[in-house]
Amino acid sequence: MFATAAAAILVALVLAVTRAVKGPTVFDRVLAANSVGTLAILLLAVFGFLTRRPEFLDIGLTYALLNIIGTLAVLKFFRHGDLAYDVDEERKP
Amino acid sequence: MTGFLVEALSWALILAGAFFTIVGALGLMRMPELFTRMHAASITDTLGATLLILGMMLQAGASLVALKLLFILLLFFATGPVVTHALAQSALHARVEPELAEDRRARAAEPPGDGRQP
Amino acid sequence: MRIVSLAGFLFAFWLVLSGHYTAMLVAAGAVCAILCALAAVRMRIADAEGHPIHLFVGALTYFPWLAWEIAKSAWAVTKVVLDPKLPISPTMTVVKASQRTPLGVNIYANSITLTPGTITVGVSGNDLTVHALVRDGAIDLEGGGMDRRVSQFEGSA
Repeated sequence: MFATAAAAILVALVLAVTRAVKGPTVFDRVLAANSVGTLAILLLAVFGFLTRRPEFLDIGLTYALLNIIGTLAVLKFFRHGDLAYDVDEERKP
Repeated sequence: MTGFLVEALSWALILAGAFFTIVGALGLMRMPELFTRMHAASITDTLGATLLILGMMLQAGASLVALKLLFILLLFFATGPVVTHALAQSALHARVEPELAEDRRARAAEPPGDGRQP
Repeated sequence: MRIVSLAGFLFAFWLVLSGHYTAMLVAAGAVCAILCALAAVRMRIADAEGHPIHLFVGALTYFPWLAWEIAKSAWAVTKVVLDPKLPISPTMTVVKASQRTPLGVNIYANSITLTPGTITVGVSGNDLTVHALVRDGAIDLEGGGMDRRVSQFEGSA
């Protein structure tokens, strides 16, 4: 059962990576990268059950936290060209 | 008997989750442009992940493992909309406009009851 | 009250993640939870918006309802994706959020985004700009069923 789930997630990963390679805009790639992150977390959880080592779940949790921060950082960088950009600075004269 | 029921239910949940995961990724490939792709990706993020994790929680039984799986699920639900919204905002900011079949924004501004004409 | 509840939640989170229950580690967890709660107070995020304990009772019925909505609309989007003709009709619309607080509007906007087939693209005041995959999704939202449910949840405090 877990092998089936792992195979399905791997198929989905291939599709998501294809989208990330094809683009065409940077936002398609970010969306695909975020999907790859989600699928990787699910794969880590399934893999933990497959090998009977639940420690993989901790890696999955950490990866979930890194995934959102990474995505938001990339989006902020492409929107403002600067990770230290502060919206409040815009309002000051 | 209950053991068999739990086993069967978790089988069904995991297989359904695997199905929706693939459907989401397939939609990511098939949809024509960015905004429609985001809808497809959110199937994987919500229904696929939920069903897979619920199935795994049934396999884990009442333990710390099940609680950790629940945390992963809650994290998905808390962060998913934030990322999607940030993505849509950045895309609009960079003038990646969605292709629309219909724009109802102007119509929504009118008061209701005014739209009798077809 | 809110700070105590926040520290309690953080401590429970520590206990679940650690899995080791020696006196030293549990004490370290308690200290960390209290320090994090105090840091949250200093960052001014331990308020009604950042840690909405007054919504817990309403959440017990709201989230199952939302899960059912998500399942329904995910099934609708699945049928669209698997259809060989790909019958999409992307639509932009503006819906009114009738919630009173920014937190309520936020819950409504995130609920719209969580249900597959509709995405909140922009928020200005109480107007949410929504992108829907098919026209029917936009018309459903304009009907305001979800808006009323969120308002009821917000008012359940």
